Amino acid sequence: MHVAHLSLVDYRSYARVEVPLEPGVTAFVGPNGQGKTNLVEAIGYLATLGSHRVASDAPLVRLGAERAYVRASIVREDGRSALAELEINPGKANRARINRSPATRPRDLLGLLRTVLFAPEDLALVKGDPGERRRFLDELLTARTPRLLGVRQDYDRVLKQRNTLLRTAALARRAGGGRSGALSTLDVWDEHLAAAGAELTYARLDLVAALQPLVDKAYDALSTGGGPIVLDYRSSMSEDPLPTDRAGIHAVLTSAIAAGRAAEVERGQTLVGPHRDDLVLRLGPLPAKGYASHGESWSYALALRLGSYELLRADGGEPVLVLDDVFAELDVTRRARLAEMVAHGEQVLVTAAVAEDVPPALAGARYDVAAGEVRRVEHE
Amino acid sequence: MYEGVVQDLIDELGRLPGVGPKSAQRIAFHLLAADPADVRRLVHALVEVKDKVRFCATCGNVAESEQCRICLDPRRDVAVICVVEESKDVVAIEKTREFRGRYHVLGGAISPIEGVGPDDLRIRELMTRLADGVVTELILATDPNLEGEATATYLARLCKPMGLRVTRLASGLPVGGDLEYADEVTLGRAFEGRRLLDV
Repeated sequence: MHVAHLSLVDYRSYARVEVPLEPGVTAFVGPNGQGKTNLVEAIGYLATLGSHRVASDAPLVRLGAERAYVRASIVREDGRSALAELEINPGKANRARINRSPATRPRDLLGLLRTVLFAPEDLALVKGDPGERRRFLDELLTARTPRLLGVRQDYDRVLKQRNTLLRTAALARRAGGGRSGALSTLDVWDEHLAAAGAELTYARLDLVAALQPLVDKAYDALSTGGGPIVLDYRSSMSEDPLPTDRAGIHAVLTSAIAAGRAAEVERGQTLVGPHRDDLVLRLGPLPAKGYASHGESWSYALALRLGSYELLRADGGEPVLVLDDVFAELDVTRRARLAEMVAHGEQVLVTAAVAEDVPPALAGARYDVAAGEVRRVEHE
Repeated sequence: MYEGVVQDLIDELGRLPGVGPKSAQRIAFHLLAADPADVRRLVHALVEVKDKVRFCATCGNVAESEQCRICLDPRRDVAVICVVEESKDVVAIEKTREFRGRYHVLGGAISPIEGVGPDDLRIRELMTRLADGVVTELILATDPNLEGEATATYLARLCKPMGLRVTRLASGLPVGGDLEYADEVTLGRAFEGRRLLDV
């Protein structure tokens, strides 16, 4: 799929901007702080209903404006086009329209446009907390299988209920006695935690297995040795490798919950489950976090995104690839290799501070971005 | 802001569920313009409902006497109890005319976040009803959300040793709808709960 037209109103630095786009490579070039990333961020927001840069919506709306609009006309694999529109209302519910008719929920937009976005913030995938990597896995999961969004939301909700129960029970115990019935429903929450948790864990393991060879291949192309890449899913449920079937994982999680009960009641929170897991990124024998150099970490993070891209491509429904400010960090050889890997994508959007950073193999359409204006540069 | 009593009325109306400030204002001005007899009738209905309606001693449904109409009806099957969260769920199920047993209204669902535990629901009353062995089937018709499911699981565990048949309402696709408009979660559930076609 590709985006044929992007239109922004009161989004970040843009009062209004219209950007016609084509399949193939498009580069947005301009000095820092001129609004290149805002363009690709908006496309990413439409695809995932979240920004890769900020957690809240308020910064997305231009100063002084009440709401922002992002509109994209998307051409899908079967040649049909769809118009996706999103009204971003900070602090209130966002509103979506598909082909000019209001959608029941913004969530209905998901799946209409698929993107894989790499940005400098992704360095946190390698260097950051486990939460970053869990989010990476879960976002890719829901992009592949939208149903799993429901599973994840169920899991989060069970977790919240269960933690509240444990906290209340811990407080009551400390106060001396209290209602003995406070924990009578814990078994029930255990059961629901195990069911949703096993499903989520199973899906993550399945994803990691599919992703691993693709990330390894991408890293190999981007770097000069140091590999192989091993994606090692570390579960809070067990030191041993997890079973590969759903029922087996369910059994392990159920017994881990039972074994940890005393500690959980003591601490007043849920200590086992996919919300405490990590994806350890190994480079050769060592974990990348703490051992990999800056350049290696950068390549690793990029390889994770490129692997995701290849995975979604293999599933059918080629996503739009967005490479935000990636070239400045790579040397000439690696730039060329990266260019070679992505040049045949249906649509690749790149941003760069200077035109020279964009490798010749990615010579496509070019836009100059300066002072909130986006101007097409005609090739001489 | 309006003066005195008008604003008081708007504030009171605004506290009702589903009524925002704009709607509250509209209703208030409608009442101001309405025939005094109409308004008195409304006031009368409001006072009556608070004075007369109580909750059925057996099932917890709204009732006008000690017991509700359903519990008093001798034609209803005493061997089956359908457990629901709220009285309005009884009305919804009654409309189907499919169910001929009796009800038990819990008054909510288990939700630690909202501070609702089993002791805050009419579960003890349910156990008392089940104790005499007349009831053979318990249908759990709590809401198909997480809290409703958790409440159903809790009750199922509690009732299992009593040798009852405990069933849960099916969840899945709405009848008369289009498959393409079903959300992923519902459609996923419907796949899980698919059944063999007997032909």
